[in-house]
Amino acid sequence: MIEVRIHGRGGQGNVVAAYLLATAAINEGWHAQAFPAFGAERRGAPVVAFVRLNHTPIKRRSQVLAPDYLIIQDEALMNVPSITDGLKSGGNILLNAANSRDQYPTENNVDNSNLITLPATHLAQQYLGRPVPNTALLSAFLKLTDLLPHSSLIQSLEERFTGAVLEKNIALIEAAAETIPANLWKQNANA
Amino acid sequence: MKTNKRAVTADMLVHLRKNQPRFEGIESGHRACLGCGEALAARLVTEAAGPEVMIANATGCLEIFTTPWPESAWRLPWMHSLFENTGAIAAGMEAALKAQGKPTKVLAFGGDGATFDIGFQALSGMLERGHNVLYVCFDNEAYMNTGIQRSSSTPHAAMTTTSPPGSERMGKRHLKKNILTIVAAHQIPYAATTSVAYASDLRKKVRRAMEIEGPTFLQIHSPCPLGWGHDSAHSIKVARLAVQTGLFPVIELERSELIGSMPIRHPRPVTDYLKLQQRFRHLFNKDDARAVEELAHIQALADHNIKHYCLDGEGMDALDSDGADTVRRGGMRWA
Amino acid sequence: MLKALEGSQAIAQTVALCRPQVVAAYPITPQTHIVENIAKLVADGKMDCELVSVESEFSAASLVLGAASAGSRTYTASASQGILLMSEVLYNIAGLRVPMVLTCANRAISAPLSIWNDQQDSMAVRDAGWIQLYCADNQEAVDTTIQAYRIAEATELPVMVCMDGFTLTHTLEPIDIPEQDMVDSYLPPFNFKRALDPANPTSVGTLVSPDFYSEARHSHHHALLDAADEIIAADNDWKQLSGRSAGGLLSVDGPDDARIGILTLGSVFGTLSEARDEYTELPPTKLIKLRSYRPFPVDALRHACAGLTELIVLERAISPGYGGIVSAEVQMALSGKPDMPRIHSFAVGLGGRDIPLDIYRKLHAAIKVPEPRAFSIIDVEPEKLPVEDHGIESANTDSNQQRSIS
Repeated sequence: MIEVRIHGRGGQGNVVAAYLLATAAINEGWHAQAFPAFGAERRGAPVVAFVRLNHTPIKRRSQVLAPDYLIIQDEALMNVPSITDGLKSGGNILLNAANSRDQYPTENNVDNSNLITLPATHLAQQYLGRPVPNTALLSAFLKLTDLLPHSSLIQSLEERFTGAVLEKNIALIEAAAETIPANLWKQNANA
Repeated sequence: MKTNKRAVTADMLVHLRKNQPRFEGIESGHRACLGCGEALAARLVTEAAGPEVMIANATGCLEIFTTPWPESAWRLPWMHSLFENTGAIAAGMEAALKAQGKPTKVLAFGGDGATFDIGFQALSGMLERGHNVLYVCFDNEAYMNTGIQRSSSTPHAAMTTTSPPGSERMGKRHLKKNILTIVAAHQIPYAATTSVAYASDLRKKVRRAMEIEGPTFLQIHSPCPLGWGHDSAHSIKVARLAVQTGLFPVIELERSELIGSMPIRHPRPVTDYLKLQQRFRHLFNKDDARAVEELAHIQALADHNIKHYCLDGEGMDALDSDGADTVRRGGMRWA
Repeated sequence: MLKALEGSQAIAQTVALCRPQVVAAYPITPQTHIVENIAKLVADGKMDCELVSVESEFSAASLVLGAASAGSRTYTASASQGILLMSEVLYNIAGLRVPMVLTCANRAISAPLSIWNDQQDSMAVRDAGWIQLYCADNQEAVDTTIQAYRIAEATELPVMVCMDGFTLTHTLEPIDIPEQDMVDSYLPPFNFKRALDPANPTSVGTLVSPDFYSEARHSHHHALLDAADEIIAADNDWKQLSGRSAGGLLSVDGPDDARIGILTLGSVFGTLSEARDEYTELPPTKLIKLRSYRPFPVDALRHACAGLTELIVLERAISPGYGGIVSAEVQMALSGKPDMPRIHSFAVGLGGRDIPLDIYRKLHAAIKVPEPRAFSIIDVEPEKLPVEDHGIESANTDSNQQRSIS
């Protein structure tokens, strides 16, 4: 079973990101589960969502305590001491940040070698005209892990959005994928 | 002298009247007190509304005295759920009938406690959502079913078991809530007051309210001999005096605008009304300065009503008999 | 076909398949997504009903009561404070024997204010006279919702479908939404014999004196007991059609020779089930999933507990000043059974506290005691308690006895 924890802020589409990823997986024949760490969050507050992907039915309802991957939608959240809690050894972090991995300070005991950054907010501003980084990060996540085909994310977007929002998001995820090396985390994904 | 016409005798009139196919939604033989204003008002409302309705009835005297299981005085589909949800029950009935493609006018019955106080929220919701319901409030100005406790409809200075007069109090300290204008402020198409003392006015208003699509509201002043402390034989007289003094204005509002009022040609002093009722007896102690002051206060309230609602009229007061004999089964539609 | 759906979305689509004519609701977390999805289905012309957005839960319950009494199939949903605000109406609906379906998106009760999941809300209206069915996952909630209409209309009793708030309502997972034809063939149109009708006027909700009240309560009680047969039949028939059972009155999962059992209501079942696969070193354990809490299936429970020496009752609510609510009933149901297991009563996951897999190990450890403890909240964290409350958790049985002696 692959477990993903997504950190973000209210308004960044954290739950939507989790739902999109699980939906893409379910459409590809996986068993998946996505749910928020429910809170009474207002815009801007730190929020968490969880995704589980598996080849057999998932029955557990507990929160993801030991994720294989972290997707962090806001760079500033890296300063939260508990942000990487439970990350499996060899686990990876996808971070929305303008700086590259090498420039990213190694505060908070984060192993730089496990971290990939994507300037997702910048890309989202460029393609959507809004600072919503979630779909760009998902696209990068799939490219890095090769867990699901790129087309599955498009299908999952099509189930949720229509019209200009859909078209702009598809353009965004194409662009995001291009900036990221393929299959870098693949071995981990298959482990 | 020859004539082709048969003389119309008084006997014939009585015969005609008795054989008129009048519909009564509530049967005699129920367990209301002698002189109950509410029982009479409910009968008049159901006569005028006709048989093609269903009723949501709040907890209260009307519910209790009409339906001691396994008996019922109702000839209409009737439902009592709770004290404070009558607006919502009626709204649900209406929504169901609408969904089923049936005629939808529903009657909701509540006393002043169920309407002014505990059921006010459900009533407001029903009005705001525009359900096709005629809500009738039988206003006897206190919680009579539980033994005469004050409600927000109880008039100023009236004695109830929870607003007793004493060395520190002169009955209810607060004013009677002006429910009609609050209800009308929902911008409903029709809201009116009437009184059991004016049966044809009451029937006309019911028929009018029934014909209007959307929420309508009728507040019927209904004396309670037990709670008000008056002779059971004088219910109509007392109710009429409430109107004639200006203490209970009989008015009509459309979309919150005043469109009609029953004029008072010769306003009576409020003491004519108050002195018939034990609930105001503490106001007639001439040695008590507070009593004198309260009487003046109540007279001022009546004077204010007369001025505010333009109740002044000229000539003779109308006799309330016009239209009384035209009520037939189904009310207006067959009249 | 399995589709990726959020629990609430699945429930809304399922409710639409059941063709209610009147829906009334008032928003409360975590029920909101259900009603929002219904509103969207109505707005898009995919659901034909009178949707009434009322001014309170009290009016939501009242409105569907009025509508059902006038002969329409109805639906409402709520949670937590909303269920409590409805409680007077819930008793009234059941006492009037008016069939309807309500989804309770289970949530804790204030104070302290918590928007998160436990089952204190539905437990608080346990005695309202409704059938209560608890769902372990979203598929069960979908199937139970459809079955609930059939059960309600066959028994003339209202049915509360309890699904854990957030844990189910806000979880996206693969869910099968049945075809309309299948639901139509299973659920005939609502025909309420006692519907209010001007052509045949009846009086409903009359005053009942002591001469008849006991008889009315007796009939209501027995109607609920008798509903057990319909709950089983409805599930069996649904399984014939869909291939899925939603769990009958209760279901047992685990080896026949297990000596330890854990009884749960709702979604914690799945977590325990995976934990059992994970902690293979622990003794064989039966998981008993209690679906029908009202009517309470005494016979089925006694049968399910055959061979057990230890029974853990794990619940998501408490009766302060006593302890376990379900466990007390289980104790009574099993009492007098010659080989009655020892009963261990625990609450867990109150106010949304996460229930990790590790709870399974903790439960196994906690029952290794000479005498079962009366009750405890197994996941309470003593270091967070005020000093004066320290030690109470570890010694509640003893201290209770001491108090009663002194």
